[in-house]
Amino acid sequence: MTQAIPANTLEPLPLPEGIQGVVADWSSDQRAFKKVPWGKAMMWIFLVSDTFIFSAFLISYMTVRMSTTDPWPNPGEVFALTLWGKKIPLILIAIMTFILISSSGTMAMAVNFGYRKDRVKTFVLLLLTAALGASFVGMQAFEWSKLIFEEGVRPWGNPMGAAQFGSAFFMITGFHGTHVSIGVIFLIIVAIKVLRGDLDHQRPGFLTGRKGNYEIVEIMGLYWHFVDLVWVFIFALFYLW
Amino acid sequence: MDYVAHDASAYAPPAEVEEMELYHPKTFVGKYIWSQDAKIIAVQYAVTAIGIGLVALVLSWLMRLQLAFPNSFSFIDPSNYLQFVTQHGMIMVIYLLTALFLGGFGNYLIPLMVGARDMVFPYVNMVSYWVYLSAVLLLIASFFVPGGPTGAGWTLYPPQAILQGTPGATWGIILMLVSLALFIVGFTMGGLNYVVTVLQARTRGMTLMRMPLTIWGIFTATILALLAFPALLVSAIMMLLDATLGTSFFMPAIVSMGQQGGHAGGSPVLFQHLFWFFGHPEVYIVALPAFGIVSDLISVHARKNIFGYRMMVWAIVAIGGLSFVVWAHHMYVSGMNPYFGFFFATTTLIIAVPTAIKVYNWILTLWHGNIRLTVPMMFAIGFIFTFINGGLTGLFLGNVTVDVPLSDTMFVVAHFHMVMAIAPILVVFGAIYHWYPKITGRMLNDSLGKIHFWVTFVGSYAIYYPMHYLGFAGVPRRYYAIEGTNFIPESAQSLNVAITVAALIVGAFQVVFLYNLLWSYFRGKPSGGNPWNATTLEWQTPDTPPKHGNFGATLPVVYRWAYDYSVPGAEQDFIPQNVPPGEVTRSSART
Ligand code: HEM
Ligand SMILES: [Cu+2]
Repeated sequence: MTQAIPANTLEPLPLPEGIQGVVADWSSDQRAFKKVPWGKAMMWIFLVSDTFIFSAFLISYMTVRMSTTDPWPNPGEVFALTLWGKKIPLILIAIMTFILISSSGTMAMAVNFGYRKDRVKTFVLLLLTAALGASFVGMQAFEWSKLIFEEGVRPWGNPMGAAQFGSAFFMITGFHGTHVSIGVIFLIIVAIKVLRGDLDHQRPGFLTGRKGNYEIVEIMGLYWHFVDLVWVFIFALFYLW
Repeated sequence: MDYVAHDASAYAPPAEVEEMELYHPKTFVGKYIWSQDAKIIAVQYAVTAIGIGLVALVLSWLMRLQLAFPNSFSFIDPSNYLQFVTQHGMIMVIYLLTALFLGGFGNYLIPLMVGARDMVFPYVNMVSYWVYLSAVLLLIASFFVPGGPTGAGWTLYPPQAILQGTPGATWGIILMLVSLALFIVGFTMGGLNYVVTVLQARTRGMTLMRMPLTIWGIFTATILALLAFPALLVSAIMMLLDATLGTSFFMPAIVSMGQQGGHAGGSPVLFQHLFWFFGHPEVYIVALPAFGIVSDLISVHARKNIFGYRMMVWAIVAIGGLSFVVWAHHMYVSGMNPYFGFFFATTTLIIAVPTAIKVYNWILTLWHGNIRLTVPMMFAIGFIFTFINGGLTGLFLGNVTVDVPLSDTMFVVAHFHMVMAIAPILVVFGAIYHWYPKITGRMLNDSLGKIHFWVTFVGSYAIYYPMHYLGFAGVPRRYYAIEGTNFIPESAQSLNVAITVAALIVGAFQVVFLYNLLWSYFRGKPSGGNPWNATTLEWQTPDTPPKHGNFGATLPVVYRWAYDYSVPGAEQDFIPQNVPPGEVTRSSART
């Protein structure tokens, strides 16, 4: 009884093909998702969790819309602007949506230039994204104040119908607007880091011991695209329904 | 038999990630207060959780005193009683067990067991603890505001939670909701860290299927928490708005004390759905880490590999997944479409399958094992008994027709205490006895530990067994006192007295445990690096307690699964995970 231990070769096992290869990769050592840096993995998982938050908000909104006995105000009329003497439904929201979607485009370009280490272009595009985001928040503030001061909509009631209209509106757009505002702040922080060259010199970042690198531009981008995507759902479910 | 190990290979994959740089603070404050070391954060979490847990324990005494001797305590009025019930339940479930299993054991064990130097983002991890602490402080503050803490029950159901007449409806409920929101924020920071560390920061050779079950349990529970807490956060925000701004998300039109309230059109049942979409996974957030830890305790102390490792992993994952589709079994009496009742009863009973698999596998691991009745092992076996017990009553309650008469009786209280209070707490104790030597370098005192075990174990049965009968007899839960009912026999009162005596004894004996923790820290027998002869990586560190960075100059490399105990042909009855096949000393005796 000497050969209890089988002789092992020091070669890795060949990777299986197809779906089994995927499984083998996932369950392999060190990293389940190869080449995915920690920060990016963390952002993805956070976004999944955040998706659950927004889903819960939207489902709750749909539920109270069904449970309330008062009629639901017509969003087409409430969210209309009078321009040049004509009442145009949803015009402000259309512009806001357009701006936010465009900012996703500039963000994607920033990520692209970031990986090419083009500091100046990355900086400009990040700042542009932040500016678009800020103008979105600005228009939202305008919309809120119009609803509050002109239409008399309050979280607890409004002259047009179901109280839940205002409650859900302020809660959901407020929560989303907070996400956008936080995004704008971080876009500016990342932009400054890019311009100063912190990412090229791998200077440790603000509030963390980790070295900075251009991945943070992409991580920022993930968050930003997510916030845009959520807006599309809010737009469809709140304004168009 | 000529085999050595299940899964050993001499091949060590090349490193894929460069070493992580750690921030090494020089000052005492940097090292121990604003610490970024997961091990210190773990201890901070654990001490805070146990501290607030003691408050909940005292509250349970007060409730028990009232139930056994109604009308004898001037300081317990019906409102107080409801406040005690609520705060006791909330603290135990969220602020003690969730924080202790994930923030405490998660922080300590994940980096050590997967072979990482620390969590992937230590700074975020540090902030996580401080946010948790502020949530706890807010919770404590609610005891001192006008009106006291909320008395709405730990489920916080509206409309009553925010209606005048419920204790704490002005301030208490608001502090409670804000505290919960903070807890969720803090937990999310920690939870993201735990998940990413397990997924992306394991050491060379540590494949997913070589991870100890403890890690699988904590990892799956963290994912559940990241997906379940959002529902609680959203319902907390909406209830806050209902309470402060007068919105009507959850509030229907109500005439209260002859007055038409200001609300209309909200849906109270919506809250129940959101709450239980969180609440049921929460049960498994507490249970899955316990499952994982107990598997490892049993394997180590029975000197046998865990039976059916893969099945155990898949059972954990399956339970985690299923736990998201059973929530409405808590709402059978809220009124729902009978087909929903059918659906939720079916899914609930399906969960029993993977759960039963786990129980069988624990028992089969013990079968013919070289069982050492150490204190951790006793707690582990105590857990199996208690869990089976609670699981069986769960089958009763999962069926709509059986649940309807039993709902809101002491039977439910007995059931969930067995399954999610006593069972996980036994594991917490077992785990502390097991890992204390690694954390401090000293063994806990064995005799004190055994006294602690027997009193806690037997005492818990003395408390909760009779409660099942009280429930059958129709004694309702969350009742301050029962008077003027003729369906409850006189003897129920004597039973209540007996239960209270047992509860007081069990509670008081926890002092033995606390004393043991303190005494052994200074006087305990030095443990050495690996007192239990265990295989997992945390026992192979060069220093005990492990230093910042955990593993000294080089990270360990893993060559085998975590359960090489009593391997035929090997000289020692355990082979650590980081020993390559070529270096195992073979026994001279034939096997
Ligand atoms: C010595 C240990 C314990 C004792 C004596 C005890 C006793 C009690 C009592 C008397 C009640 C209230 C029954 C009623 O009037 O409805 C209760 C409720 C509860 N307990 Fe415990 N308990 C203990 C430990 C725990 C632990 C460790 C947990 C952790 C999960 C826990 C979770 C709960 C929950 C969730 C409730 C329900 C609160 C509510 O109805 O809102 N308990 N307990
Ligand atoms: Cu449940």
